[in-house]
Amino acid sequence: MIVDVNVNLSLWPFRRTPCDEPQRLVEALRRGGVTEAWTGTLDGVFHRDLGAANARLAQHCRQWGPGLLVPFGSVNPLLPDWQEELRRCRHQYHMPGIRLHPNYHGYRLDDAPLGQLLQEAARHGLIVQIALRMEDVRVQHQLMPVPDVELAPLAKILEGLPPLRLVLLNVSRANRLEHLRALAALPSVYFDLAMWEGIGGVAALAEVVSTDRILFGSHLPLFPLHSSLLKLRESELSAAQSEAIRSENARRLLPRKS
Amino acid sequence: MLRNAAVVGYGYCRAKNQLQGVTLMAQSCCSVQRRQFLWQSSTAAGALVCRAWAQASQPAAEESPAPCAVWDVHVHLAGLSGTVAQRVARLLRHAQRVGVEKIVLHMGTTLVSHPKPEEFRRHNDEVLEAISVAPERVMGFVYLNPQYQQESLAELDRCVRDGSMLGVKLWIAMVCSRPELDPIARRCAELEVPILQHTFFRAGGNLPDESTPADLATLAARHPQTRFICAHTGVDWERGVRAIRATKNVYAEISGSDPTAGIVEMAVRELGPQRVLYGSDAPGRSFASQLAKVQGADIPESSKRLILGENLRRLLASALQRGKNR
Repeated sequence: MIVDVNVNLSLWPFRRTPCDEPQRLVEALRRGGVTEAWTGTLDGVFHRDLGAANARLAQHCRQWGPGLLVPFGSVNPLLPDWQEELRRCRHQYHMPGIRLHPNYHGYRLDDAPLGQLLQEAARHGLIVQIALRMEDVRVQHQLMPVPDVELAPLAKILEGLPPLRLVLLNVSRANRLEHLRALAALPSVYFDLAMWEGIGGVAALAEVVSTDRILFGSHLPLFPLHSSLLKLRESELSAAQSEAIRSENARRLLPRKS
Repeated sequence: MLRNAAVVGYGYCRAKNQLQGVTLMAQSCCSVQRRQFLWQSSTAAGALVCRAWAQASQPAAEESPAPCAVWDVHVHLAGLSGTVAQRVARLLRHAQRVGVEKIVLHMGTTLVSHPKPEEFRRHNDEVLEAISVAPERVMGFVYLNPQYQQESLAELDRCVRDGSMLGVKLWIAMVCSRPELDPIARRCAELEVPILQHTFFRAGGNLPDESTPADLATLAARHPQTRFICAHTGVDWERGVRAIRATKNVYAEISGSDPTAGIVEMAVRELGPQRVLYGSDAPGRSFASQLAKVQGADIPESSKRLILGENLRRLLASALQRGKNR
């Protein structure tokens, strides 16, 4: 059983990938043993009509992967009336969380609108996912260089908020270990393994943030699911550690509905 | 500058221990014995690695058995701590967990971008030591700096013609289209060994002496008898594949970039599966993420076998056969 917390529907603007159609994505997830996939939409990275993007996301999750695809809508706190997006995600689509793209949406983690959004999300018990990067900055399209999200201010911001369940997606070696350690010292901050690199990388990440804070994430369809599956195998983890990363940590964060 | 940082902490140790699952052999630069061993072991390697892969497999995941013996053409000692033997042990332990049978090491325990002759000789001594630690699983390419032409040619003879190494590694000492590389390329054609050249199409521009795949294609066009490995395929692989497409003696090597879905599909479509090689750039990259580019690719199993090992075995066949015949 695997809970994949880092999956996207829809298309990346700069290339097609083998699993970027819902049917193939779902097939790949099921073939890989994924039983639950927290799914955002790539439309949410680039579109300004996030209302439509989230509606499609919810509908496609129901249509293509009922019981498998769990929608995480996109919210941009710089857009007017972002509160309505949050309300729809919560009430209309019954999403357990939202996904943020600060670097693509043009704000820093210490900008005031994000603080307001995190306050609201915490108040309503929503999980918040923040994608720190979507691709290697060294090979981005020349018309759209997007720097990584700067993590430095986040720990301090979270200290001033009500308890918030936070998942950092696409954590990489570009992030400073001291920032990761500071965040891991806070309750309910989690890290996915999709972009963490190096031999035995998952075990190395566990030394930084501890095993119980690592979540299985694939970054499908931009990465093949095999990458995170093989990373788990490459690291020397006990069965208990492996199970925690594959599903138990995520299940603690988002218990399965009875 | 990489060079200045790199020389700090340089260590040279000839530790010989028993490693977990790896029988260590006394250090020896005897190329004949080593090449005979490699040649013989390669024929039985498929079964060995399939077994290792199956043992490492876990149920219910998309983890089909390895289709063949996996050889990784791009692995480094730098980026780890400890003695050479300890680094080799760690690399092989992780490689084995995902079914990589053999690794090709290049460069020593530090990173030096513009090595002087005494420095690249030290680097190569470390790789020779690494080979001696586990000759049944470790191969080596000789690290050269074309700024020092005569010394590089002498080192090529020492480590390849008279030694146990099987190819050449060039990094970022000089843009590879320059004529200073011609004597090295000619010598590699004579020795029938490939040149693996680091390449990058870096957003915002390359480092001063860093090569692009287009630079490598220029060099390769001057030396049709030499085989070149385009390391990283430029990292920006959608440009890299195009840059080398028309130059048939250049192979795309897929290491060192994010495991972006589609890289291998494009390389196979544009170059054919015979011109694509698996490499990881471990330890900076995981063996896993780079293997996933192939294992997760929507290509025939026969193409995966070529990329994961058969193509490299074919590229190195002359060098291995020469050792066998000595």
